[in-house]
Amino acid sequence: MIFSPELLAQAMVTGLFIGGVFALISVGLSLIWGVMRIVNFAHGEFLMIGMYVAYFLVARGGWDPYLTMLVTVPALFLIGAGIFQVSIRPILKNPPMNQIMLTVGLSLILQNLALVFFKADVLTAQTPYSRLTWVIGPVIIRVSQLIAFVGSGITAAVLYWFLRNTDTGRAIRAASQNREAATLMGIDVQRTFLLAFGIGSACLGVAASLMIPFYYTSPTVGLFFGLIAFVVVVLGGLGNFLGALVAGLIIGLTESVGAALLPGTLARVLTFGIFILVLLFRPQGIFGGKRL
Amino acid sequence: MTTAVTSWRRAASIAPVVLFLALLTVPTFAGEYVLHLCVLILLYAYLATAWNILGGYTGQHSLGHSLFLGIGAYTSTYLFSRFAVSPWIGMWAGAVLAAAVGAFVGYLCFRYGLKGAYFALVTIALTEAAVYLVNNMDFLGGAQGMEVKWLGDHPEIMQFPGKAGYYYVILVMAALSILLTQWISERRFGYRMIAVRENEEAAEALGVDTLRTKIQATVLSAFLTALGGSFFAQYFTYINPRNVFGETPAVQILLFAIIGGLGTVWGPAVGALALVPIAELARSRLGGSFAGAHLLLYGAVLMLVMLFMPNGIVGVAARVRLRLPGRKQPAPEAT
Repeated sequence: MIFSPELLAQAMVTGLFIGGVFALISVGLSLIWGVMRIVNFAHGEFLMIGMYVAYFLVARGGWDPYLTMLVTVPALFLIGAGIFQVSIRPILKNPPMNQIMLTVGLSLILQNLALVFFKADVLTAQTPYSRLTWVIGPVIIRVSQLIAFVGSGITAAVLYWFLRNTDTGRAIRAASQNREAATLMGIDVQRTFLLAFGIGSACLGVAASLMIPFYYTSPTVGLFFGLIAFVVVVLGGLGNFLGALVAGLIIGLTESVGAALLPGTLARVLTFGIFILVLLFRPQGIFGGKRL
Repeated sequence: MTTAVTSWRRAASIAPVVLFLALLTVPTFAGEYVLHLCVLILLYAYLATAWNILGGYTGQHSLGHSLFLGIGAYTSTYLFSRFAVSPWIGMWAGAVLAAAVGAFVGYLCFRYGLKGAYFALVTIALTEAAVYLVNNMDFLGGAQGMEVKWLGDHPEIMQFPGKAGYYYVILVMAALSILLTQWISERRFGYRMIAVRENEEAAEALGVDTLRTKIQATVLSAFLTALGGSFFAQYFTYINPRNVFGETPAVQILLFAIIGGLGTVWGPAVGALALVPIAELARSRLGGSFAGAHLLLYGAVLMLVMLFMPNGIVGVAARVRLRLPGRKQPAPEAT
């Protein structure tokens, strides 16, 4: 691998942009994990569903990729809330490992259902934005990635505002801080959990639509993004909203710069290495575990 | 205690021996396909039993036990391909290596008090990292994996002309693992493991060295899992990073223990017996058009078990037996 400053600059820009998307995906996971203490191993598979929905609307329906959000966001909200209601809510009081195993089972089901319906093919949507690029000095910027970065930032900001400034948002935060006290204050905790699960999943709808112009879809695409989301959430500190954003960018940069400097797919080892080190030595995350 | 119960118990203690002797005769009448099915059942029963020591008895759920499976599979295969070391010897090298890795991982994780979901995440990250690491190791065949060269009928290198040879090997391994679990569960070490699972603070207060117990359980579990990995490689004669490391084999290792009953001697075997035949049937019947049929089934069963019978098949059976007169209270169930 020949090292050059141009290559590094390019890798950093790409890493930053994809890191924005990582951050958005992780914010959804952090919301669910932070509020309900449910570690959702099917988070990546929810994203995969969103990406298939967006793909088919674009490839078969001729939709503008960003318009597909009108479908992917409500769809993911309903899927998330529905799955919570049917399978997770009944075992909320069970030991955490049972909940984890349940979501592992769910991810197996979703992955293999996708395999049945869509085969193992890797699908890439051709959109008007897919080939649009800007050249700034030595760096080529893919417009679709820039849009994904900005779109992720806006979505995260809206979500942050929502959690801080609306009654529902406050209820979600209250339920995450102390279930009993929140119940005593007249908050319907079960309904709040349902909403949080739905919103956390809906974030994936946004991410799916933003990614479809430049990222492929396959039944196992969720595996990678699910793991990345865990890495980011742990790195940023569980339930720490801003931490997840910064950590998303860090992991995006690590993946992208690592891929430029290391042979083969060794950059992945670097990402997991960071994850393991953080889990061991700073499980509260680099910015400390802050409640929502 | 009444005589009826005493004789019932004596019968129960002889039953496994009778079962083992009966299973020894299977190759005399079973066809190759049935034997293949039996090998799979026994292999997964064995792996789940190995996982159960750490996951079931000690309560530390590793979601990345495929790390040890892979270490076992790759060590024996590498030693065989490169240095012509018999897998009978290579499997012990793999097991020792896996035990060392297990000790290191266990020490790191438990030294810093990782538990529950965080421990599970570290183990997943480790086995995923192993996938990408081995993908980039050319001497281990990279992403293409490694083949165990078929040299014909050579029992001394764990290669048999038919399925029967493999069947006997894995039958003995599974039987020994169950025997070992039974033996441990009645020893001080077994009680220490259960104490750690049930209440770590209380165990610590009573003088149990919980750190040491957890590391020992990890080492033993890793050692046994790696032996299974070497058998895996010999039986399937082909391994690659994704089919021995990574998520799918990790789930397949723990699945049967959870479905059968965590922290029970027979749970993992019961789970494998209940599920492997259906899954294999689904795979062979639907495999062409429906590649993930068995995994879909595993996922569905895992969800249903977690929702409706979190103590697994043996847990439900124990509860039913409780109603019979003259039986003592069973040990606290795994959670």
